[in-house]
Amino acid sequence: MTEEKKISREELLATGENIKAQYNFLVFITAVDYPERNVIGMVYHLRSLGNRDTLIIKIDLPREKPEIASVAGIWPAAEWHEREVFDLFGVNFLGHPDLRRILLPPDWEGSPLRKDYTKPGVIKRPETIK
Amino acid sequence: MNDLKNLKTEEYFLSMGPQHPSTHGVLRLILKLDGEIVTGATPDIGYLHRGLEKIAENRAYIQIIPFTDRLDYLSSMSGNLAFVLTVEKLAGIAPPPRAEYIRVIMAELNRLASHLIWLGTFSLDLGAVTPFLYCFREREKILDLFEMITGSRLTYNYMRIGGVAADLSAQFIKDAAAFIQDFKFRVAEYEALLTQNPIFLARTKNVGIIKADKAIAYGLTGPMLRASGISRDNRRDFPYAIYDKLSFDIPAGTVGDCWDRYAVRVREMRESAKIVEQALSGLPEGNFKTKVPLSLKPPAGESYAPVESPRGEIGFYLVSNGTAKPYRLKIRTPSFCNLSIISHVIKGWKVADVVAILGTFDVVLGEIDR
Amino acid sequence: MDLAQDVFRYVEKMPGGNLILTTTDSLFNWAKANSLWYLLFGLKCCAIEMMAAGASRYDLDRLGLMFRASPRQTDLMIVAGTVTAKMAPRIRTLWEQMAEPRYVIAMGSCAITGGAFFYDSYAAIKGVDEVIPVDVYIPGCPPRPEALIEGILKLQEKIKKESLTKR
Ligand code: SF4
Repeated sequence: MTEEKKISREELLATGENIKAQYNFLVFITAVDYPERNVIGMVYHLRSLGNRDTLIIKIDLPREKPEIASVAGIWPAAEWHEREVFDLFGVNFLGHPDLRRILLPPDWEGSPLRKDYTKPGVIKRPETIK
Repeated sequence: MNDLKNLKTEEYFLSMGPQHPSTHGVLRLILKLDGEIVTGATPDIGYLHRGLEKIAENRAYIQIIPFTDRLDYLSSMSGNLAFVLTVEKLAGIAPPPRAEYIRVIMAELNRLASHLIWLGTFSLDLGAVTPFLYCFREREKILDLFEMITGSRLTYNYMRIGGVAADLSAQFIKDAAAFIQDFKFRVAEYEALLTQNPIFLARTKNVGIIKADKAIAYGLTGPMLRASGISRDNRRDFPYAIYDKLSFDIPAGTVGDCWDRYAVRVREMRESAKIVEQALSGLPEGNFKTKVPLSLKPPAGESYAPVESPRGEIGFYLVSNGTAKPYRLKIRTPSFCNLSIISHVIKGWKVADVVAILGTFDVVLGEIDR
Repeated sequence: MDLAQDVFRYVEKMPGGNLILTTTDSLFNWAKANSLWYLLFGLKCCAIEMMAAGASRYDLDRLGLMFRASPRQTDLMIVAGTVTAKMAPRIRTLWEQMAEPRYVIAMGSCAITGGAFFYDSYAAIKGVDEVIPVDVYIPGCPPRPEALIEGILKLQEKIKKESLTKR
């Protein structure tokens, strides 16, 4: 059974504390960039190892200053996932124990998975399948 | 003797990798050492980060399949399978039954090949060279089988949305059945070399224990989680293809040490052999592919279909906006999550044990860095 | 190496020097070509084929190739896989740590041009020859172990044509 929940970013920590006994397994955390809505959508994919239910939590963050509380204290697995989102989307996680770039070199500029990211030297592949 | 007390000591930082024979790729571990004891560790990853998730946003769905080969290159079939299942789920495509069987046969043979590489390199890490040569001998036979059908040894690009790329030949079915028969004796051969070997036991028993609650908290999957005593396997929990029609066991450990992780994988090889046998004998006649347009446009929405790769749960989180390209493709890879626990596990062990512990993690850097 | 080269150039000019040189050349080249120790250094998928080439069926030891884990003991670097922005400086360092004479094989399309990651990738480098000089290119994705062996034989041919007076 899959459930989906849309909450605001202030509710995240309280919700997390409430559900962590049931949804004890964090599958992944990621983000999706929506420039037209001016929003970065966070996606938390949780699972209950007991009865195999899935819960997807979605939170919209403003694109200019994306900030959200870290859930690494609730699900330790979140630590690396949040670092990845920080690295590739530039989302700031407040209260994260060790927020550094994880995949890219420390001196990298920009957040490559944002839709408007460009880097000189990157060649776009011509479309062959329309 | 008194002088020794006043002796000034300093912690020593050791950078292990990115070029190091036991990190299986380009993983870098920054170890903090007190003598030979590891007191802290910081993993440094990303040396293979190619930006696959960004590349995928500029590719048609069928063009992404080759990239999924290059994620977990030791078990390309699982990557292929996870991706096509995700797209099929979103687009509502059902592959014909023969294709489902073929997918399972290929995925399980690939699991065997992957576990064989793991066993070979792991024993090499511990100083046993013979199992390495044995394992590669059997692995070459599996690769011959793959080559017969897909034409390639490592990067198969075999699964298609709505089926598979090519049908199995009669020769393949014959050879695969013969291989599985032979393989059962081979597993016993590896076990004879390692399972009760006193050196091997000394290096692995009670080394690098991961407790069950820690394993869950850090999101471990696959043999790593099962070795800690938690019997979770996507093949049984979220059955895909035809796994619900097959009978197989999910081996689990009790302690969660290196030896358990070894034993779980070796027993998994036997189970995989069993699965291939059943799937081969039940293989139905019929089509191996349904017709799917080249520029497939799944409806707007999102989907996620977890697959059990040899390392754990691999899954693609796909967000589509109704065009021929994915809007966003997040790749959840097992090695990435499994590795995140490393700094907690190796604390307190000697440097030589780090090699053994890391060996049982069975990480593939291609899928960690994406 | 510079001093030695000067000496050899001097020998070349002596009467009969050429004869001495070609004989020593072929002795040195024979030794160099048949004991290529390679760096145990895999980047990605191609590294698995490199491992397979060293294992039971293909057995690189026959050609005098053995892997060493330290760059200081090796003559040959097989770059097997994608070179990324983060890895490139490390590859350069490893190459600089190798002792002369050193050779580089670029194995697989990734190491040659970036391969599958040529387009759209913000982090992959378009070929390892942007970082270090390459002697032999082996195309394929991944190249088969046979192809790797062919590439090594080509490199041995190249080494056998070398002369002490010039490199
Ligand atoms: S050339 Fe192909 S097989 Fe080799 S590393 Fe690159 S993607 Fe992998």
